[in-house]
Amino acid sequence: MPIISRGFKGRRRDDAPRDRVPPGQYVTDDFPVLSAGPTPHTPLDQWDFTIVGEVDERRRWTWDELRALPSETITVDISCVTKWTKLDTVWEGVSVDTLLDGVETSAEYLTVFCDGGYTTNLPLADVTGGQAWIAFAYDGEPLEPEHGGPARLLVPHLYFWKSAKWVRGLRLTATDELGFWESNGYHNYGDPWKEQRYWGD
Amino acid sequence: MEGAAVLGRLNWHVAEVADVWPETDRVKTLALDVEGWPGHRAGQHVDVRLTADDGYQAQRSYSIASPDGGPRVELTVERIDDGEVSPYLTGDAHAGDRFELRGPVGGYFVWDPDPGGPVLLVGGGSGVVPLMAMVRQRTANHDEVPTKLLYSARSWEDVIYRDELGRYGKRGDGLEVVFTLTREQPPDWTGFGRRVDRELLSQVAPPDLSLTLVCGPTPFVEAVAEALVGLGHEPSRIKTERFGPTGG
Repeated sequence: MPIISRGFKGRRRDDAPRDRVPPGQYVTDDFPVLSAGPTPHTPLDQWDFTIVGEVDERRRWTWDELRALPSETITVDISCVTKWTKLDTVWEGVSVDTLLDGVETSAEYLTVFCDGGYTTNLPLADVTGGQAWIAFAYDGEPLEPEHGGPARLLVPHLYFWKSAKWVRGLRLTATDELGFWESNGYHNYGDPWKEQRYWGD
Repeated sequence: MEGAAVLGRLNWHVAEVADVWPETDRVKTLALDVEGWPGHRAGQHVDVRLTADDGYQAQRSYSIASPDGGPRVELTVERIDDGEVSPYLTGDAHAGDRFELRGPVGGYFVWDPDPGGPVLLVGGGSGVVPLMAMVRQRTANHDEVPTKLLYSARSWEDVIYRDELGRYGKRGDGLEVVFTLTREQPPDWTGFGRRVDRELLSQVAPPDLSLTLVCGPTPFVEAVAEALVGLGHEPSRIKTERFGPTGG
């Protein structure tokens, strides 16, 4: 039996389709910024993206090489563990499938690593099959540094801390290794529809 | 130390409002008695869940303002006029009201009593709330780490906890409080009177700084963190926490 908060009515948004807003979330038109430290600024000529760890051979792309790969426009809803959901966000990026094409691995997990030292962990099965991208544009413009530019991971089916900003590569691992927020009280998997916000959810 | 804060499932607790008092025109503190509260670390936050009589629910996160100690938890909440939860907490809620609360959340942006050298806390507006929990925890613990709180507000009337902060600065216990008032200063004002920028930080930040914790709106946090990095402070020793008026 929930506790009724006397006099609370709420400000409900009639335009928010209920089947697109996960439990405990509210719809926002803003794009709030969250990060644990200063925004890094790596020059593009020093930027690269690598796939390392449990792989037959290390893969590496420079910025120009990554941008020369086939890219897609992705329109998705995103949900942050801090409760906001933003509908119909438009991104451009390279599918992780494209980057993993031809990579031989027995790994079942990966750690995403980033400028600034941030990491997050995911099952490999959650970044393949058209579920994840390395995104470099938002709303038709180059991704701003405070939103993760020059490039961030985009994994829209999980809470947005999994969509790591300032991404620099993937380390494929045989075992699941906790990332930054996952070590600091947040859920290991982070499915918004199951409201997996914190440890034990 | 990091990661040690939250173990096991975070359950919803019933919080009963014990007292409410205004801090400024827009900000109130709610003292809550939380049955089964497991304790917290200064800097952590909670999720608040309100339920309307037809079952509609809304959740938001708020920083804890009080140090750890017993079942009493204080939240300091700024009213966001077009928000959903903050107008209720700062307007309707009074002693005896109950709602649900879950926490403590977050094991990163927390007080560290022994980071190896001086600590700088930089708060913008109501971003001072988790930093105030740290200041209070430091005082309660008699921590000796040299600590400076740099607090940016629009005017003296907008300064949250002003009487308490005024007292803290005079205790001679290694805690210094520095204000900057960005829009309006009292006639006899001797503190800073502009936005926190690189030059201001170069005057305030000790050169041997071990840890900086910055909390405020995104443009404030971006500017402060960027300026500190520009002054040569190690990015990995700058922890940030941001909030925006979104949804409040």
